[in-house]
Amino acid sequence: MSALASLPPKPLVATAAASLASRARWKPAEIAFWLATVASIFLLPSKHLILTEIAILGLFALSLDLILGYAGIVSLGHAAFFGFGAYAAGILAKYGIIKEPVLALLASGVLAAALGFVTSFLVLRGSDLTRLMVTLGVALVLREIANQLDITGGADGLQGVVMEPILGHFPFDMFGRTAYIYSLVTLFVLFLIARRIVNSPFGLSLRSIKGNPLRAAAIGIHVNGRLVTIYTIAAAYAGIAGALLTQSTQFASLSVLDFERSADVMLIVIIGGTGYLYGGLIGAVLFKLVQDYLANVNPQYWQFWLGLILVMMIMFGRVYGAIMAALIFAICTWTRLPFMQSIVFTLVVLAVLGIARPQILAVTSRITERAAAIQTRLRARLARKPAER
Amino acid sequence: MAPALQTQGLVKQFGGIIATNDVTLTVEKGARHALIGPNGAGKTTVINLLTGVLRPTAGRIVLEGRDITDLEAYKRVGLGLARTFQINQLFADLTPLETIGLAVSERMQLGRQWWRLPGSKPVVIEESVDILNRFGLTDAMNERTATLPYGKQRLLEIALAIACRPNVLLLDEPAAGVPEAERHGILDAVAALPSDVTVLLIEHDMDIVFSFADRISVLVNGELFVEGTPEEVAQDPRVKAVYLGEEAHDA
Ligand SMILES: Nc1ncnc2c1ncn2[C@@H]1O[C@H](COP(=O)(O)OP(=O)(O)OP(=O)(O)O)[C@@H](O)[C@H]1O
Ligand SMILES: [Mg+2]
Repeated sequence: MSALASLPPKPLVATAAASLASRARWKPAEIAFWLATVASIFLLPSKHLILTEIAILGLFALSLDLILGYAGIVSLGHAAFFGFGAYAAGILAKYGIIKEPVLALLASGVLAAALGFVTSFLVLRGSDLTRLMVTLGVALVLREIANQLDITGGADGLQGVVMEPILGHFPFDMFGRTAYIYSLVTLFVLFLIARRIVNSPFGLSLRSIKGNPLRAAAIGIHVNGRLVTIYTIAAAYAGIAGALLTQSTQFASLSVLDFERSADVMLIVIIGGTGYLYGGLIGAVLFKLVQDYLANVNPQYWQFWLGLILVMMIMFGRVYGAIMAALIFAICTWTRLPFMQSIVFTLVVLAVLGIARPQILAVTSRITERAAAIQTRLRARLARKPAER
Repeated sequence: MAPALQTQGLVKQFGGIIATNDVTLTVEKGARHALIGPNGAGKTTVINLLTGVLRPTAGRIVLEGRDITDLEAYKRVGLGLARTFQINQLFADLTPLETIGLAVSERMQLGRQWWRLPGSKPVVIEESVDILNRFGLTDAMNERTATLPYGKQRLLEIALAIACRPNVLLLDEPAAGVPEAERHGILDAVAALPSDVTVLLIEHDMDIVFSFADRISVLVNGELFVEGTPEEVAQDPRVKAVYLGEEAHDA
């Protein structure tokens, strides 16, 4: 405590400022990621429909990551906001209330945010389980309302949605090119805002609440206020994702409010990882690609394989789990095992892996350590090279 | 001048257990007040009531003349009441720098800002580094808190309360679980607390209590048992009986 009276040395303050700022700095991998999305517009013209779906799904997952990854709020009913935004955009367009798509998109986001604000008070208190149930309930209620109302088209869905050109200049084309660019731009802008939010003092307070709400309150943070805020923002994001879907497909059906949609987005965020914003985006890409691939090679049973991937990832971690699931799938496919035998084979393998889980985890963690050591050694050698020359 | 902190007839019941029983306590401004008592006496419960973690079954709490009984926990911090926890309550995934920076920026009402990057406000950084420096935590300021040695985490626990710049500071066994060799670091930190801060200290170690406190309250079975100067308390036969009884019981 001898340093009590003296001020901290200047360089220390500078180091501290730099290290706080470093979290928010753009990394090369991020820039590469966004350049790749831009490139996809030109390089994959025939894939614009599925790419649009991925972008929308990515935005939806980004929304869930904001509450799950940064504030620790679990939800099994996030489709409530997605669906609300989807119907809002459809109704706004169909009845000519707001014709310009970008304005309608914003309006849908605001409406979804209002719903998020109102329902946020339900998720403030309680355990993860109560939150799962409450969010699930809200989505179910909303779906039934959409099913009953006339204005939503009920079970037939909202038909006859016709979109005006974006900003009055860019009409939606039948190849989905405009829709894809429009979705990507929306995703990118909202991503930038989200990135700013999570790196701000507000974002830091969210991370502290996720880590320890008791202590967060004990240093003067209005925990509930912050949770309401981020829940409302996330609802707006989900609503905009839903609105994009309606605008790009010119149709909205009850499926936008399906439980499956809420479950899928949860899956995506878990696959991609939470709390770094890209998890939802990467998860959405992987999810759609795997789903697409499996649905092609194994159209009837693709969900079985998706389920297997999930189980393996939870049991053995994201990377090793995915590899093991891929191996099981590969064995079944190469040996042309009929589906029933595949199930039996997979279950037997699962049982064995389950029993041997501690041993397997020991091996995988050793591999990870070894890999990390090699990586640091390589990096050190690379850093030394120029000096030696 | 109103006392720093006062309770009137404070009661807390957990189902059948009466953890706090009619506690009327006054902590004077600038005091070094110790709250002692055997395990399970209800000391932590009193702190939880004072800070708003728990709501009292009955009674009032007055902070610097203002009734705060029904005030939410986070608002009490804004009025100058901060605490540490008996068991570390830190942010495992944040660094000490982020942790202290968070508390400082929240105190400056900057915590809702979502467009600014952390590290862009020099006043926040300077004060954060100053606090970390005072507690000898600058070397570890960019490590994940979860990876810090226990003694450093314990220091961060106190530093975090100090970052709230309290008028009244409640310390719940700051040296709990700290190995003998690292204890002095904690004790120095407690001794170096600014003298204008009122401190209520809970502690089992009698050496610490008697070297620190100018006033001692003894809590037994949720009730205030004895209160007085360290000399008075040390000589009170009832206190001796409780502590001797405890030691005999422990042995
Ligand atoms: N949340 C709670 N629910 C039920 N009982 C509780 C709760 N918190 C405390 N108690 C009970 O209240 C009594 C007082 O506990 P408290 O933690 O306040 O004691 P303490 O004096 O701080 O003890 P120690 O010195 O061990 O920290 C104990 O009997 C405890 O079991
Ligand atoms: Mg205690």
